[in-house]
Order: sequence, then C-alpha cells, then structure tokens
Amino acid sequence: MPAKYHIHTRPAPPRFKPVGKYAIIDWREDCSACHNCVKRECAYSVYNDERDRLLQSVDYVDYLYECKGCLCCVQSCTKGLLSWQVNPQYLALGDEVWTADIISSTWYQSETGAIPVSGAGYPGPFRGPGFDSILTDMSEIVRPTRDGIHGREYISTQVDIGRKPMRLSFNPDGSLATDVSPVIEIPLPIIFNLMPWHELSLNVSRSIMDAANELATYAISDEPELLGHSAAVPHLTDRQPAPAGRTLIEFVDTPDVAERIARAKTAEPNLLAIVKLPLGSASIQRALQLARQGIDALHCYADWRGIVQDGGERKHITEAVRELHLAFVGEGIRDEITLIASGGISMAEHVVKTILCGADLVAVDVPLMIALECRVCMNCTEGLKCPVKFEEIDTDYAVQRIVNLMGAWHSQLLEMMGAMGIREARRLRGEVGRAMFFDDLERECFGPIFGQRKASAEVR
Amino acid sequence: MATTVDRNGIPATAMAGLGLEPPIREVRPAPDRFRNSLGKYRVWRSDACVKCGKCEEICPRGVHVRPDGYPDFLTGLDWRCTAEKCKAAGTYCVDHCPQKALKIELSPMYKSLGDFRWTADLILSAWHMAATGEIPDGELEYEIGNSGGGFDRMRFKFPENGPRTDPAEISTALPLNRRGDNRPEITIDVPVYGGGMSFGSVSPHTMLAKARAATAWNTFSCTGEGGYPERLFAYRDHVITQVATGLFGVREETIKMAPIVEFKYAQGAKPGLGGHLLGDKNTPAVAAMREAVAGTSLFSPFPFHSVYSIEDHKKHVDWVKHINPRALVSAKVSTPVDVDMVAVGSYFAGAHIVHIDGSYGGTGAAPEIAKKNIAMPIEYAIPKVAKFLQDEGIRDKVTLIASGGIRTACDMAKAIALGADGVVIGTPEMVALGCIRCGRCESGRGCARGIATTDPELIMKMTIEWGTQRLINMHAAWRAQLVSILSRFGMRDVKELRGRTDLLTHLDYE
Repeated sequence: MPAKYHIHTRPAPPRFKPVGKYAIIDWREDCSACHNCVKRECAYSVYNDERDRLLQSVDYVDYLYECKGCLCCVQSCTKGLLSWQVNPQYLALGDEVWTADIISSTWYQSETGAIPVSGAGYPGPFRGPGFDSILTDMSEIVRPTRDGIHGREYISTQVDIGRKPMRLSFNPDGSLATDVSPVIEIPLPIIFNLMPWHELSLNVSRSIMDAANELATYAISDEPELLGHSAAVPHLTDRQPAPAGRTLIEFVDTPDVAERIARAKTAEPNLLAIVKLPLGSASIQRALQLARQGIDALHCYADWRGIVQDGGERKHITEAVRELHLAFVGEGIRDEITLIASGGISMAEHVVKTILCGADLVAVDVPLMIALECRVCMNCTEGLKCPVKFEEIDTDYAVQRIVNLMGAWHSQLLEMMGAMGIREARRLRGEVGRAMFFDDLERECFGPIFGQRKASAEVR
Repeated sequence: MATTVDRNGIPATAMAGLGLEPPIREVRPAPDRFRNSLGKYRVWRSDACVKCGKCEEICPRGVHVRPDGYPDFLTGLDWRCTAEKCKAAGTYCVDHCPQKALKIELSPMYKSLGDFRWTADLILSAWHMAATGEIPDGELEYEIGNSGGGFDRMRFKFPENGPRTDPAEISTALPLNRRGDNRPEITIDVPVYGGGMSFGSVSPHTMLAKARAATAWNTFSCTGEGGYPERLFAYRDHVITQVATGLFGVREETIKMAPIVEFKYAQGAKPGLGGHLLGDKNTPAVAAMREAVAGTSLFSPFPFHSVYSIEDHKKHVDWVKHINPRALVSAKVSTPVDVDMVAVGSYFAGAHIVHIDGSYGGTGAAPEIAKKNIAMPIEYAIPKVAKFLQDEGIRDKVTLIASGGIRTACDMAKAIALGADGVVIGTPEMVALGCIRCGRCESGRGCARGIATTDPELIMKMTIEWGTQRLINMHAAWRAQLVSILSRFGMRDVKELRGRTDLLTHLDYE
C-alpha cells in the first residue's frame, strides 16, 4: 500500500483579532464595584484575557471577541448591568453566500487545522438553496460501513487528472494499440484556482503556490514569475504561447484551442491540457466536442458565488455540474475527460457534494484568501485599504494557514466518506445514490401524505 | 460489618437514595437559578418617574418592584412583561403612566437569543414550562420554531366543532414491549423518554435529575455510553443503559440491572462517525467509570466492529437477552436512505424498540459538518419507516421511537401522527435545566451553565433537587399539551393518534 497521505497542520494564530460572534455590552456607570463581580466567574476567563483592555478602555461599550455566549455573567450580575447581543460587525461580515459563519469557521480551521466541533444540534434552517439542498448518506448495519476516521481502514482521497480510455485494444503482436495518455494523480480532490476578484500580491500568490506544493496538488496561476513553480498550472489566454516543460496547462476556450493544444503537445508529449469553460447548457455541446478532440480535462466554472446564469435561468453549480456529467455519461465518454468544477465552493462539504454531482475534483479560490484572514469586505475591489494587510503577509505563515485549512477539509472529507461507506474519492464521482436531495425526500416522504408541494414554497 | 448486596451484587448502601426525597409527580415552582432572567421585553424607566406607583398597581405580572417602605423602584423583573397582551387588555403600564416615564421595547438579548430551530421564543417558553409546569400565557410561540421546514411547517387540522374528550379520561400511556415474547410488558405513562447522555458528557447532577424526573413520571432516562454511575442505582427501574460502539463502561451487572438495554449503532447528530468525548471533560471520575486514562480524548469508533450485517446485530441482541432474561432491547439507529430496511432488520433480529434518531438531533460534541449534512431529518424518516413496517406486517409488533429534533410537545404529537409510537428527547431536557444552546458543551471545562460538564466547580451551579423539579414540571406541561391535542380530536388514547397523517397539513403543500 502506498504511504498514507498526511497533512501536517500546526497552530497558526491570527495576525488580527478575528471578528467574534457575540458581544457583551457593559453599562459600567452604575457598577457598584462589588467584590463578587461575575466577571471573575467567567468559565472561559474572557474577562481575564481582556483585563488590560478593559482597564484602558475609555468607551462605555466593549465587544468581547472571545465571548462564547453562555450568558452566565449577564444573568448573574447583581445590578443587571451586562447585556449581550450578536456582534453587529459579525453580522456585517461577508454576504448571503459567503456567510459570517462560513468565514468564521474557515478562520478557525486555518488557525488550528482542526475540524470544527461543537455541542448541541444543528442550529441552521431545515434546508437551504444550493449545496444546502443536498444531504449525504450514511450506512449502518445493512450496508458496509467504514471506519476511516480512526484509521482502522484507509480512505483514499486521491483522484486523477487525465483521460482514461474506455477500452484497450491490442496489436496482433500483443502490444498495446491504444494511445494511453498520461495521467496525473493528486492526493486531494482539490486544486487551487485563480482568485475571482483581487489582484494578489506576489507574496500571496507565492504562498498559495508553495502551499499547493506542500499538499502535493496544483495551483492555477497567471503570475508570470510563478509559472515555473513545480505546483503551477499556467493559465493561458488566447495570445500567450504555452511555456515549455509544463505537465499541466489551463487554456481559455477559443475556437482554435484544439490546434493550440495540439501544437503544445507536440512540443511537450506529457502535457495534460485543461480547457476552461463556463458551466451551463450552452457549453455542453462544446464540452463534448472538446472531449472528442482529445482534451484531457475541462475546468468548468460557475461564478464565485456558485451561480450559473443559464439563459434566463439561475442554476446552482451542483445542478449544472450534474447536467454536464450526465451528458458525458449519456455519450458513453465520461471517463475520457476529467471534470474540474469551481465557483462558490466554500466548505469541505461542498467539495464532496460537487463531486457527488459529477465532478472529478474541484478548484478552490476564495477560501484560500479567507484562510489568510480575508473578511470578504470587497474593499480591495474599490481600491480601498485591506483591513488585514494582505500585502504584508509572511509567506511561511501564509502557507501554514492554507495547509491547515486543507488539513481540516481533508479530515472532513474522510468523515463524510467514512459515514457513506466509501473508501475511494474516485468512487464518489456522480454517486448520487449516496446523496439525498431535499426535493426527492419531500416528494417521496411527504408527497403521499400532503400532496403536491407548492411551486412557490419558500426555501429559507 | 458485612455489606448486604442484592442479587446483582449491588451494595444496599447504593440504594439508600443519597438523602434525597423520593421524586414525586407534582408541579412545584422552580424559578430560574440565575438572578436576572431573560425575557422578551426590556422596561425602561426614565428620571421623569415621580414614583406614584401607578405602574406597580396596574401591572398584572409584577414587573415593577418596590418593596414596602422603599421610596424608589428597584431593577424591574422585566422578563415577566407581556406587553402586547397588556395592550389588548388595557393594562399596559406605558399607557397609564401619568409622567410618560416608561418605555417598553424588545430586549436586545431576545433579538440575539436562539437560532432557526430553537428560537428565542422556544427557549424562553421551555424555561417558563420548566419553572411553572404551565404553558406560557404571554406571547411566546411555544409550539414551533423557525427552521422553515419539517415540523415547523406542519399544522394539526383540528375539527371546528367536534366533540371533545374530557382530559381526565385521556390515556397517554405507551407500552414498549409488543413482541409477546414473555418478557415484561413495560408501559410508560407518557409517550416520551429521556435520551442517552453519558456520564462525562453531562454532569452527575444532570443525570440524576433526569433519572429522578423519569421515575416521577414512570418513564425512562438513559445512561448513554460511559457507564452506569452508582448514584443512579436507586432509580434503576427507570434507567436504560446503553451499549455503544466504544463499549465504554459496559458491565455485566449493569446490563443485568437494566429493564431496557439500548444498542447505539449510530447517533443522529453524528451519523456514521462514532462518539467523541474531548480530553478536558475526561476527568478522573469519568475515566474510572470508562476504564480509560484521564485527560485523553475518548472516541467511540464507527461502526460496531462486530456488526456488519443484520445477522451480526442479532448476535448482539441474543447476547444481551441471554445475560438479562427480563430486559427489553432497543436498537438506536440513524437515518440513512435505507433507514426503513434497517428498522425492519432490527425488528427481525429481536429488538423490542426501534429507535430512529434524525439528523438534527443534539449532542455533547460533534463535527459541524456531520450535524448539518449527514443523514435525513426525522420528519422524513418517520413516515418512511412506519409505512415499511406496515407493509411488512409487523407495525404492531414493534415500538417505533423517534428522536433527533423533537423540541416541543407539539413536535412530539406531530411525530406520533406521522407514525411513531413515541419519542425520545434530549435537548428539551437540557433547555429545561437552563441550557441556552451556546453549543460549547465540548470545550474546555464543558458547559459554563453547569449542565453538560464534569468540572467539579461548574457542576455545583445546579442542584439535583432543582433540576429534578424543572424536568418534572416540563413533563407536566408537555403532557397537558398532548392531552389538549387529543381532546380536541375527541381521542381517548394517544394510540389513536399514531399514524394519523390525515390530521396533519403542511403549509408548503396544496
């Protein structure tokens, strides 16, 4: 058996104080300074940690970022001076897709490399749009189960980039007649994408590249200085010539892309060519055509919120990937192409769900920036100063933050795959039998009881 | 002096009841154990107040406090305020204040409290029920949450002018053994019992409060995985013990003592992942009970490494039935896509109770990715399983118990109408004990409110007597609500409600 894939996580504390979820408001003017102050009793020592700041503070309002929201102090203060609420700054983080909870959880994972664990049940809505309209399955008793989390069974997250012939043919002398294309194996079904907004400074781009290298995966890049990096997948627009000595190159789709790739492959026989194509029904014929022309992989993308504008219809990346995957299955050529999907993938579960819908692997973008403490404030797009000083980030530190995030994601992939009873990330692809779609559950379980679901039924 | 032991080798001293009064089924006030209760409104009194006392006079809820002989008002008991109700009744203090010195607004904490599933209203009303044994008479929504699906979008179709049953004649009893296998015919007085919470995940005070309340209501509590603390022996007729994948604290004598033994194959909050007890909560006492090393994180694996088929499961059930010939066997499973097959298989392997635990259930610690994504909500699983049991002709041979997201008495009634015989609850008991759902049960010393912790100092934040009374009160309020629902349908027994999906409607369906 090959060596187990292991990601080396190490604590990487934030450079800037993270925006905390809960805020304590302290009306200190009525404080009688009693000797049994509830602040001494805090089980999390929040007030101890902030003692200096509290003493120096000149405001009457303090946000205690470390507050866990147990409300013991609020409910015990003898004069009832403490109040509590969700930090308005936290509520303002991100947007409806890149939510404050996702950003905050990504920070935690990048700091610790650990899976977010909490008590109590899931606090969120019954179901949501997009990724949140899909559940994953688990197996027990009547189906094979896997114990991957505790290391008893090895669960592989390795996937391949490249064409796989549907069948082999042989010459009369027994030698192989089929032209077997090269295949690149990566130990994680994730590569790094170009950032959708934000021109990265060179040190950040280099950190992403170094992190990809440490994780034994790849990073797509258009930064001229980094195209020679061992983890780089050069991203070529229609004018650029293919750089020499590369095994993976991403081409923007142009009418002559097949010829450009053929030329590049003549110069570099081991080259694997990825063509970048928008998701949506308009691209399906083009995707099939490219596959028949011998393209190795397609990078099909939604916008950075995971949305595909398909004609007049708004589709989620999962739906669009599923349509594309099924088109290839229908033509009987699914294995002749690798599908890399990107857009809106912000959590580990999104990796699994996108693959269940038919991608081979995903390309991740914004989470890498959030790992480096980005607040998705979009200031940079307006030419404003970055609140977390992206351009000053130390490369080694940044690499560790990204490695930690991917370490946490990898552990979560193992958890979901273990629960499903799947030991191979390759087998996840298109395996909708291990997914449950809310619409199907509603129809199968509630349909016989309640009838027809209203088309207008709101999904929170 | 020789210690007397009973047939199970349990010393008689362990049965002495620890100096506690035996729990009785009687509602008694058990107010909030924190001095500042939380409520929906905040009352502001400006310095325009001339202390005329009009507000104190008119307030039906005693919000304004001025003890005899005091010239000034003290900090008010704002959480009691029911502003909207008062407005309608003409007792709104703000309108009556001659100085216009009062202002009432939504408490900022009310706006921040809770989440989609457990809204601020549900938490506050659960506290109210635990404190008083009665449903809130104010404006709190105590039946549904705000999750936007499942129970929260279902409603009962009550008949307009149908005959109502006298509440005194209604039975809420639930028989647990339907196999007719000569094992005890155990019946509980309410169709609900307490879920497994291990010693280690919750405090001994919490475990005892649960077991005592279960005793008072002639129902059950469950030890969870992590051993059977001796202090629970006094309540053993109302305690289920669990055999889970880590086999922590499983002992022959406690299996022999339990009226019901529960196999935990999976748990709704973390289906397919086993159990977690993080190192900080593994104190020396917990470690001793689990025969583990203190301070290490304890993981129960997934799955049972001895069960990869229904036949293996039967071997398990046979083993327990052999060790304890009087025990009923429950199989607790999660809700995969083939949960119906699992349920039927469990029955044929010999289980008396099939306990399906849906994906939105509570836990002491679980990866967030699992809580959110893995397995299906209980609302889907109940009708699916009930139908399959029916089709297989064994619906009346097995007790189907649902859990994982049952928050209110109304959820319980809906689960039964969807096809379950009864429910298991966990989080509602925790909330009754003062849980605020901060979700920090697992971190550091554990629950800061002294419920889900093993820290010797934090445990002392809650007494056993108070906890017991809170849970007894909660059960009283729940039963009253169930009885009211049955009465409105003209039913005499909760059995009649089972599987009556025709009495339910879903707001998202036409």
